[in-house]
Amino acid sequence: MAHPAQMGFQDAATPVMEELLHFHDHALMIVYLISTMVFYIIVAMVTTELTNKYILDSQEIEIMWTALPAIILVLIAMPSIRVLYLMDEINDPHLTIKAMGHQWYWSYEYTDYENLTFDSYMTPTQDLTPGQFRLLETDHRMVVPTDAPIRVLVSAEDVLHSWAVPSLGVKMDAVPGRLNQTAFIASRAGVFYGQCSEICGANHSFMPIVVEAVPLEHFEIWTAMMMEDV
Amino acid sequence: MADVIEDKIKNYRTAPFDARFPNTNQTRNCFQNYLDFHRCNKALSSKGQETSPCDWYQRVYKSLCPLSWVEKWDGQIEDGSFPGKI
Repeated sequence: MAHPAQMGFQDAATPVMEELLHFHDHALMIVYLISTMVFYIIVAMVTTELTNKYILDSQEIEIMWTALPAIILVLIAMPSIRVLYLMDEINDPHLTIKAMGHQWYWSYEYTDYENLTFDSYMTPTQDLTPGQFRLLETDHRMVVPTDAPIRVLVSAEDVLHSWAVPSLGVKMDAVPGRLNQTAFIASRAGVFYGQCSEICGANHSFMPIVVEAVPLEHFEIWTAMMMEDV
Repeated sequence: MADVIEDKIKNYRTAPFDARFPNTNQTRNCFQNYLDFHRCNKALSSKGQETSPCDWYQRVYKSLCPLSWVEKWDGQIEDGSFPGKI
């Protein structure tokens, strides 16, 4: 989850999010370098008392400030396209989960074998136990096994919603009547938080998403337990 | 042929990648498998054959389609108001 006064991304929990993070670091560093250089030049020009009234043109500098930006753009584009295609790779999922957006909660359906379905409501602030996170905890978490490609099919039952979990590098709009596919592989066990990312009414800010990644044996125990309860 | 399908169903994990639906929008994937299941049932039972090969389509649409959609379509089939051609 996010920390107070956090500036950067949340820690990545999937290989794709890691790549996005590294690309962002790369692109941002280029932005910092260019901005620093431009700022320095502006300050130097504003604070000098030297003047030269006779510069008309210069072939060399024109070539420099055309070629260098072109090269910089290529250096940004190459990793960008790499990550884009990485995100688009065909994967062979081990598990399909449907995340359905409602006003104002998510429901999850695990229907590959039996029909396991449950709702996930936000835990009200007065019901939080010490150590839990305000406006982020839910009564039921979407549990997934680690190191397995998971396909998530996102849709909605009423209005637009959006299923987003920053640590997993996933955001997918939930559109009524449409089934949007996204996928991820949780490379480490943990609890990952997200929030509805499309305005959907009064309690749009109060329908969070919690994904809990656990080893496969624990996932199987959890599914058996959930089937008993339901 | 039926053995191949039976094997695939036995080793079923989840709906595999379908090259006919390579993009983000999987709505048609779900609907197509639902249609194919019912068409397969209708075709095989009209010839008096066993409908177990049709189970593949059923597994796939159960994996992909939201339960509310399936319930609605099942109801429509019973009423005779299902919009798809079976």
